[in-house]
Amino acid sequence: MVPLSYYLVLSGILFACGVTGFLIKRNIITIFMSIELMLNGVNLSFVAFAARWQQLSGQVFVFFVMVVAAAEAAVGLAIIIAVFRTRETLNIDQVNLLKL
Amino acid sequence: MTPNLHLWLIPVLPLIGAAINGLFGKRFSRPTVAAVALTFCGAAFAMALWIAAQFASLSLLHIETVGTWLRSGDFTADFSFYLDQLSLVMLLVVTGVGFLIHIYSVSYMWEEGGYYRFFSYLNLFMFFMLTLVLASNYLLMFIGWEGVGLASYLLIGFWFTKDSAAAAGKKAFIVNRIGDFGFLIALFLIIKHFGSLDFQQVFSSVRPYSAETAGIGFLTAIALLLMVGAAGKSAQIPLYVWLPDAMEGPTPVSALIHAATMVTAGVYMVARSHVIFERAPTALTVVAIIGTLTAIFAATIGMAQTDIKRVLAYSTISQLGYMFLACGVGAFSMGIFHLMTHAFFKGLLFLAAGSVIHAVGGEQDMRRMGGLRTKIPWTFWTMSAGTFAIAGFWPLAGFFSKDAILFQALTSPYGSWIYWAIGLFTAFLTSFYMFRQWFMTFFGEYGGDRDHADDEHSWTGASAPHGHGHGGVHESPKVMLLPLAILAVLSVVGGWMGSERFDKFLSPVFHSGATVSAVEKATPPSFPAEGSKQEPSETFLAIVSVAVAGFGFLLAWILYHQRPELPDQIAASFHGLYHAIASKYWIDELYAVLFVKPLIAISGIVFWRGIEQGVIDATLDGSADSARELSDNLRHMQSGNVRSYAGWIAIGATAVIAYMVWVGMR
Repeated sequence: MVPLSYYLVLSGILFACGVTGFLIKRNIITIFMSIELMLNGVNLSFVAFAARWQQLSGQVFVFFVMVVAAAEAAVGLAIIIAVFRTRETLNIDQVNLLKL
Repeated sequence: MTPNLHLWLIPVLPLIGAAINGLFGKRFSRPTVAAVALTFCGAAFAMALWIAAQFASLSLLHIETVGTWLRSGDFTADFSFYLDQLSLVMLLVVTGVGFLIHIYSVSYMWEEGGYYRFFSYLNLFMFFMLTLVLASNYLLMFIGWEGVGLASYLLIGFWFTKDSAAAAGKKAFIVNRIGDFGFLIALFLIIKHFGSLDFQQVFSSVRPYSAETAGIGFLTAIALLLMVGAAGKSAQIPLYVWLPDAMEGPTPVSALIHAATMVTAGVYMVARSHVIFERAPTALTVVAIIGTLTAIFAATIGMAQTDIKRVLAYSTISQLGYMFLACGVGAFSMGIFHLMTHAFFKGLLFLAAGSVIHAVGGEQDMRRMGGLRTKIPWTFWTMSAGTFAIAGFWPLAGFFSKDAILFQALTSPYGSWIYWAIGLFTAFLTSFYMFRQWFMTFFGEYGGDRDHADDEHSWTGASAPHGHGHGGVHESPKVMLLPLAILAVLSVVGGWMGSERFDKFLSPVFHSGATVSAVEKATPPSFPAEGSKQEPSETFLAIVSVAVAGFGFLLAWILYHQRPELPDQIAASFHGLYHAIASKYWIDELYAVLFVKPLIAISGIVFWRGIEQGVIDATLDGSADSARELSDNLRHMQSGNVRSYAGWIAIGATAVIAYMVWVGMR
């Protein structure tokens, strides 16, 4: 049986990849994908714990996260399209109208 | 058994009048304003008369409580009103003289702007004065006390566009504050020792005490502090300086507030607190000395004044000194008697002076009057009644009360021949300066057309806002003459009841529960009881004082009628003395150097620049400045760059996780 720590390390690596991608990438689509990566890293640790402790709540939570992620993907992609239509770029550094 | 008199209505009626005129008076026509003011003031007077009419059937002392005002622990103060012989006398004087002066003002102020404002203030004054007089505890009395100060301030500064009037109002208010401070501390002491401010409770807990003959105890302290308050309100040394300046107000105000009623509040308060004063002989001596000194001091200044109203102002201070002398020798009822007669003749003198000023077109300098006897006969005759009354000629009102005071000053256990001698000399001075005024105003030649270009003391500025500048000397309208006539009659007959009967009338107030010691004789139970050997003495003293008054009359007649060039020669030969008197002994200047300027300097440097600007402003401004600086730095975090936000979130999350790991590892 694969030890719990393996899952957790993988989950941490996935999450760290997501964070790094979020921070260094400029393309909004890539950033969006990084967010999904972080969510999946979290999901992995949820199911790992659920399996380890024989509890269903972790798995239930994963379904919640998936539902939210799906909704987020729908809304987020719509926003990205709207941003592109108005500003004709997907470079996040140029979408900074809220600055001082 | 005792009927409900609705005493609370008496002060409240003028308040309603003040509210109506004050809130809506601007839209009223002048007759409406006058009608409202006269109605409510007259209603109060009518109620006072109604109460006086059923006086015989009343069981005094009569107290009516309207409700509890405040309650704090064991201490309570009620809205309750106190009717005894003393407050009945005050009630009648205040409402009666007040009502007459209201009538007079209707015509006197007719051409002035702010007519409704004037009557609103006047009614407001009546409200507070009646509260003061009818209050049944010191706290309610204090409210009235402060309120009349406020009304006085408003009315002195009635012509507030004139700097001198505004300054005089402030001076009166501030000088009164000093006195009120003493009064307030006295109240605190009373609460501390007796746990109440109610007259009945305080006096009944004071009664068991014997007189503090040896040493000075808290009763003396309370009495002295009360006297400080009385000195402020009643313009006694050293706080008298505001009253002469208060003449900047309209003349009816001077008559009502600064002669007949408000300034006598101090005398009333001392008389009301006689139970305390009788047990503090030291304080009584102080009262007598202050009264005597004030009487002669103000009288000497009065001799050299040329402004008709200022002469009367100093005369008022001097007469108030007599009242305090009476209180100080324990003859409280005589003080009140003089208060009453003084209200009549001094009110009359001021109103007549107002009529003179009105007649000569706003002029107040007596040197520019003269020869008015035939031109304004009504004013002349009424003012003559007042002048003879204040000078103490038999059988006018002033004779009886002043003579009674002088008699008491000599014979009462607290008395001394020094008080009597100074009082007698003051009576001479009073007679002299009053007749000086009388001769200068009504005899000789009319000086109004004289050229005064070389006149260095120009008082004309003081009368500038008067709107009476219509040509020719003329008699005042009948509305003004009516109160004059009534007050003239009162000045003549006001003393006829005699000091003995008056004393007897007030005796339930002043003789109930006198101390067991020698103080009992302080307010002689009755004059005949003093023994037959006092009887001729009083007659003799009366003859002496009338002779003195006659001497003053003669001197004034010689100096200001027969040989009008003499006063200037005398003034020239006693130049230094005359100058000192004419400059009012430089007391105002002395106070300016001793108190006013240092206070202004301290206020400017320490309180304004030091504390206000340096501490309070600096703290507030400093905290606001530092908050702005901090946020100025912090706002750079809000770059608008999504990735930098994400970075901050990451850093924050890391910090939280690190903290929790650290907590978990500990």
